[in-house]
Amino acid sequence: MPEKTSSYDPESLPDLLPIYYKKLFPYGPYFRWLNYGGVEKNCFSHREFSFTLKDDIYIRYQSFSNEKDLTEEIQKRCPYKIDIGAIFSHRPKEHKTVKASSFVALKKELVFDIDMTDYDDVRSCCSGADICSKCWPLMQIAIKIIDRALRDDFGFEHLLWVYSGRRGVHCWVCDETARKLSQPGRTAIAEYLSVVKGGESQTRKVMLDDRPHPSITSAIDIVRKRFTDYAVKKQDFLGDDDKIKDVLQLIPEENVNVSKGVNHLLKSPFCIHPKTGRVCVPIDPDNVDSFDAFKVPTISEIVDELNHVEPTSEDGKRIKDYKRTSMKGYMEIFDKFLTNLEKTWKGKLIEQSGKLTYD
Amino acid sequence: MDFSTRRKGAKKEVVTNNTSQKLQFYKIPPTETVSLHEFEEFALERLKVLKAIETAGEKFVKTSSEYEAYVREQLRNTKFSKLLKSEKNDENDSELRSLDNVSHFILRLAYCKSEEARRWFRQQELDLFRFRFSLMSESLKKKFLVENNLHYESISDEEKSKIQEQLAAVSNKGTGVVESLEYFKVHFTDVLDLVQKRKVYLHKGHAYVAYDDMISLLIGVYREHLSQALAITARAIPHLEEDERLLPMLSGLSKRYLGSDYDVKKSTVGQVTADMIDMLSKKSFPLCMSHLHSSMRQNHHLRHGGRQQYGLFLKGIGLSLDEAMKFWRSEFTKLIDVDKFDKQYSYNIRHNYGKEGKRADYTPYSCMKIIMSNAPGPGDSHGCPFKHTDVDLLRQKLKNMTIGDVYLDKIISEVKAGRYNVACTRYFESVHKLPLEYQAQTFSHPNQYFEESQRTLNGENKPVGIGTPQRSQKTMTTTSTENKSQNKTKSCIEEFDTMDDDFDINEVIETSA
Ligand code: SF4
Ligand SMILES: [Zn+2]
Repeated sequence: MPEKTSSYDPESLPDLLPIYYKKLFPYGPYFRWLNYGGVEKNCFSHREFSFTLKDDIYIRYQSFSNEKDLTEEIQKRCPYKIDIGAIFSHRPKEHKTVKASSFVALKKELVFDIDMTDYDDVRSCCSGADICSKCWPLMQIAIKIIDRALRDDFGFEHLLWVYSGRRGVHCWVCDETARKLSQPGRTAIAEYLSVVKGGESQTRKVMLDDRPHPSITSAIDIVRKRFTDYAVKKQDFLGDDDKIKDVLQLIPEENVNVSKGVNHLLKSPFCIHPKTGRVCVPIDPDNVDSFDAFKVPTISEIVDELNHVEPTSEDGKRIKDYKRTSMKGYMEIFDKFLTNLEKTWKGKLIEQSGKLTYD
Repeated sequence: MDFSTRRKGAKKEVVTNNTSQKLQFYKIPPTETVSLHEFEEFALERLKVLKAIETAGEKFVKTSSEYEAYVREQLRNTKFSKLLKSEKNDENDSELRSLDNVSHFILRLAYCKSEEARRWFRQQELDLFRFRFSLMSESLKKKFLVENNLHYESISDEEKSKIQEQLAAVSNKGTGVVESLEYFKVHFTDVLDLVQKRKVYLHKGHAYVAYDDMISLLIGVYREHLSQALAITARAIPHLEEDERLLPMLSGLSKRYLGSDYDVKKSTVGQVTADMIDMLSKKSFPLCMSHLHSSMRQNHHLRHGGRQQYGLFLKGIGLSLDEAMKFWRSEFTKLIDVDKFDKQYSYNIRHNYGKEGKRADYTPYSCMKIIMSNAPGPGDSHGCPFKHTDVDLLRQKLKNMTIGDVYLDKIISEVKAGRYNVACTRYFESVHKLPLEYQAQTFSHPNQYFEESQRTLNGENKPVGIGTPQRSQKTMTTTSTENKSQNKTKSCIEEFDTMDDDFDINEVIETSA
């Protein structure tokens, strides 16, 4: 990352992770998210997590009964990476005790994975795994296009956008409809969102007919609006329609991997990217333009901040450690997402409490 | 169903479907008593119909008049002939309805056991449904929607006028036309195929569907219902095993259908070694597999979908597990080290040979599976080139392979008509220097293609009764259908759960969710 190089040294990760998981990882809000208010039984305890440990040791089918269980296990293992999988019919931990055919993935958020590497044809600044402040706008355009379509076209409301720590962005669509989507449903959405069709052996074609589908028209508008700024100031290409097409071509499918399977795993928010040390923090889709990937704190920064801030707030109440670091602002984005999400199950809980019998 | 007592000719009891429609979603199993003889006869009659539907789909575009004419013609020779008449009016023919209902449920039993069989059955039933619906009068169609609780409200003119432009853009019609059409507002998950093709206007989770497109909604509903029902039936089937008269009959039934799975014959295992593959891929591989092969040689890698499709095919042509290991390892390790290969890929290879995981012996993918499921994304090399490659690019590619113009035109027109495996068969003729349309039977399996190629190269693929099959441009329809059925394939029913591997359980989800 050419711009601002942080003091992070990958060698120090094994020393920093225990502190991060002990003091900074936001277990509470994290659990509140994945427990979805406990409205659906087992939705937390049947969720698959997988850990990547030191030396690329990969363990799948982890599952936890509750927040405490999760916290203890993460602190014990100090994973380099945590992936979140599907909610299964049985506790993933116990998958070996049930017949393979009855152990099935039932639900999972609809997830997107946008990666900058694939923009190499169009960006002329850096290449490969790196990004810079010149090419980041491409990512912002992609986020806007997808965010708009998911909200306006599909009516989804609970989108959690997360920076992957390096050159990618993930989106977790958490609405109930999305979590319950069948595999064909996921495929249909993926295809709907793709401006370009086809695999390796297909010509890249943007479907810009005389009368494009309304969703394409909206995408073009977004690109056009943002493009003027981007093309002129950042990269040296002309802002003509062909280039708009070029940029559009990059959006979905070519670089957005919509995971079509229910049973696919995706890196969890709040992981640390082992190479850059950056925290996988939430992004506020309403303020994508002001999200600066280069300002995202690294693990060494926030651990360091801990040492320099008083452990209690002024009125004497103890505050969460992560709120005393530069993770604070990002946690507010997550809280906002959670508050909205919680509204969806409040009503349901009240409804249930009327007729609940304890079994 | 009560299979136990009655003998042939016994009278049927009341038919209990509470709808007056003949076309139905088959939600209620028949309660009438059926004799064993009828049991089999009904099933065979329906199989004839489903096969006719399949063949029609291979030959003609589904909405064409040729398609309709063909199906009509074929139906005439079956007990279902009355369908054609009765679909048009409302009169109730209880015998026909009983035949329809009973036979559907019997085939459901026979075809529930493997994903491959379920997929075939589901596809043909859906097409049959679509065909029957298209024969119905407008008023009967409306009635059908109502009786199946699909009475969606049409949107008001006011609402319509607000989104007129969007509706027009989606349908490619003028706003004037849109004004005169009836539109329904449904949840987007009810019309996934329209969503997927971006053929519908979406707003806040609602899809605005024109009346003409309602069939797509119906098909969606029926598909989901049928998938679910088949999965449930499959789970329930062990309980049927007590009746030793039924099971053999059921498995017999599902074996009658030819276009499905491909069994690895024990005798072929070991016939092919890793170093023969380059040569074989040039001579005898269908386009999908030679493409996978060259893309693997080029990139020293294949993505998961490609490894599955190609790996199982190779197993099918007789590559042993040891040779397969050798083959994949030597190519992949050009890019990664041996350790990594062993860690990441060898499990999967052994898995495909039934040496890991559930130890199921996985069968190679059929064309149907390759064409219909898991379309390749960016960076993927799997799939069927006739279906998944851009037509212009395909033409270019075939030209470069020096496929003659006559063949090329034919191939492209088949592709455009959506008959991918017919195109594949024409391609076969071209590369094997056979006259156009020499092959009487269309390929339905890549391994079938391979075997036929080997036979041809060994000089065994000669038209019956003609000594030398020189390049006459005449179509020789008498080609070796006999030979075909020998190297043909039997449906696999041992394994209900044909998940591709431990890491991807979508198919199970698809059928049981
Ligand atoms: S039709 Fe079948 S054998 Fe031919 S290329 Fe397609 S998938 Fe392969
Ligand atoms: Zn750059």
